[in-house]
Amino acid sequence: MAIPISYNIRNMILRKRLTLMTALGIALTVTTTVFLMMLLAGMRKAFVSSGDPLNVLVLRKGSTSELTGGFTLDKLPILKQLPGIATDSHGQPMVSGEWVVVVTLPRNGTEVNVTLRGMEQDGIEIRRNHVKLVEGRWFAPGQREVVVSRSIHGRYPNTNVGDTMDLKGPWKIVGIFDGGGSAYDSEIWSDLNQVAGQFNRQGALGSAYLRATNAVAADALKHRVVDDQQLQLDGMLETEYYDKQTSNGGGIRLMGYIVAFTMAIGSIFAAANTMYAAVAYRSREIATLRVIGFRRGSIVTSFIFESVLLALLGAAIGILLMLPFNGMSTSTSNQVTFSEVVFTMQITLSVVITAVIFAIFMGLIGGVAPAWGAARREILAALRD
Amino acid sequence: MTLTRFVRKNAFRNKRRTFLTIGAIAFPLLLLSFLMSLWRAFYGDDLRSAQSNQRLITRHKVSLTNFVPGYYREKIEHIPGVAKVVPMNWFQGVYKDATQKNFFARFGTDPDEFFDIYPELSIPPDQLEAWKKDRAGCVADVELAKKYGWKVGDRIVIQGDIYPIRLDLTLRGLFKVTTDAPNNSLYFNQKYVEEGVAFAKGKAGFFSILVDSPQSVDRVSHDIDAMFANAPEPTRTETEKAFGLSFLAMLGNIKAFILIISSAAIFTILLVSGNTIAMSIRERTREVAVLKTLGFTRGTILGLFIGETLGISLVGGVLGALIALLFLSGASHAPQGGQLFLIALHEWKFTAPAAVGAALLAGFLSSAIPAYGASRTGIVEGLRHIG
Repeated sequence: MAIPISYNIRNMILRKRLTLMTALGIALTVTTTVFLMMLLAGMRKAFVSSGDPLNVLVLRKGSTSELTGGFTLDKLPILKQLPGIATDSHGQPMVSGEWVVVVTLPRNGTEVNVTLRGMEQDGIEIRRNHVKLVEGRWFAPGQREVVVSRSIHGRYPNTNVGDTMDLKGPWKIVGIFDGGGSAYDSEIWSDLNQVAGQFNRQGALGSAYLRATNAVAADALKHRVVDDQQLQLDGMLETEYYDKQTSNGGGIRLMGYIVAFTMAIGSIFAAANTMYAAVAYRSREIATLRVIGFRRGSIVTSFIFESVLLALLGAAIGILLMLPFNGMSTSTSNQVTFSEVVFTMQITLSVVITAVIFAIFMGLIGGVAPAWGAARREILAALRD
Repeated sequence: MTLTRFVRKNAFRNKRRTFLTIGAIAFPLLLLSFLMSLWRAFYGDDLRSAQSNQRLITRHKVSLTNFVPGYYREKIEHIPGVAKVVPMNWFQGVYKDATQKNFFARFGTDPDEFFDIYPELSIPPDQLEAWKKDRAGCVADVELAKKYGWKVGDRIVIQGDIYPIRLDLTLRGLFKVTTDAPNNSLYFNQKYVEEGVAFAKGKAGFFSILVDSPQSVDRVSHDIDAMFANAPEPTRTETEKAFGLSFLAMLGNIKAFILIISSAAIFTILLVSGNTIAMSIRERTREVAVLKTLGFTRGTILGLFIGETLGISLVGGVLGALIALLFLSGASHAPQGGQLFLIALHEWKFTAPAAVGAALLAGFLSSAIPAYGASRTGIVEGLRHIG
């Protein structure tokens, strides 16, 4: 027969100071782990979930980013003729020639690098599924107008609709868009020719985006571009391009593992300590339980359960402590473009589940030895204590 | 029996508990010591040479991916206080294959003045002459050469990625680094790239500038940026150290990151040692009363308990710091980021005592209140205690 759960809970309440201190220790381990996982979840969203598998990005051969691109404008009509490209609302191939330039914006007395993307009108349509306008309107062709992402609007002063922005000259903000946590969320968008003119990039393109009709066509388009010896261009799916830029996350992930692992070992020691004390206090009680007829197995289970319960309490406190950080936005830099990538820390369901499993794991390991010790003691010796 | 012996005996009375407590303190402390060393590696400057404080880096205002015009070099040379200017260019490229194992820094520069700006790199004069004479020559750090088994005269081929060119280089010299800061780089003549790649002609990635005295650093960097403020390619000039830190700043808010984790580690130690001492004091309530009856003063009893906790914290702290040393020396062999950990390894000797000190402080703080409580318990009350 199993020992009732209420026995464990009452015991934990009886020694509330010890219970609370141990749970707090576990909570701190959980908070550091949750903190790192929130960072990673936000970063993953900003990089990995960016891009669309149907968009084919074209760069100069050998170029690693849209910034170091640069091919002549005469290649764009050739690209537009390629098979498998979707058509836009005007019946034209959905292709956008683009320039990405890095501009500096002032914030808190320093200057931060931000990405300005000049695109053709089709550029908006190509990304229709990933961004939506939340205020104002899109920029008009031939006008010195920009739309800014919502996170730029939130992080930099004077970025409301109607304000004027200084990007090597005055630009009018006409709209705000939401990139849904993707890399677009760190960008400012404008008309290709205006950007090329202002930043001395006429006669060339930094990159081009082709919208394929389906996944098979996207793959074919990509190979078509790569294999064409005359074009001297490189093609890749937009998703592949962003995948390559996540190298930043690797270091933080490794750091996260080291931190979580070390803190967890410390917590396991602490949990074991508490459980040994709990067992020692109750040695006569345990013997009595045995006399009543509870089996050794039930006692082992009961104490391991108590340890897990302690860890779960810790996990709950830990997650509660981290709640205020949810939705906080922070930034890292794209190591390819050297410009700021904004992302928000997020407590996702998977973060919570991982934290809980992590805590259960700590409780289990910390509880096994003391529980085993409790069950193994001779009844008579324990009763005499 | 002396008091120290008494404390020691008591500390190891419940061996299992003491062992577990030491473990529970050692691991967060390992983290603390590890992170503190990294912090020092990032922000400390003990390892960098005196010349480093006299060196400025001028790059494009927007970012390193934007070139600065090569003719800026002469303009900068004419600014009072500037001793030497050399163009530097990050080539990247691929050596053998694109794995991290075969990745190291490769810079294009000007052989004529490069070693004047970096006097902490020492190269035999005849090898330097050979490099200057061979446009397709290169020089490398002795440590780097050791890693790949290069000897002077060897051929090193690097396939460009940013630049569409294959560099077929001959190793003309090996330099030694006379400071503790690792270099692990290869340098070649930038002319080689400029001649082969049209868009690289007359461009530099950034300039390394040696200033005549540390006092003129601020003025010179200001003068340079002022000179190009309204030019089509404005510049940003900063000290070599600030330049290095700007790479780090790109990762995000490292300082906040390290601080949050370190404070969590310290609080954990505080909780763990507080927990342990509270447990053992509770068990010994009657003993304390007996000690008092025997004539031990409150102060002595307070000292006994605090001493016990401090002893445990000390052992846990030293153990944690030693494991951190192990971790750091392991990480310094990593193909990626190994250099950073190598610096952190050098910094360990400064951070380890501080980390142990933090453990002692946490032990003291956590034991002070329960120990004070124990020292104040009345004799009769204590003797009656059933624990």
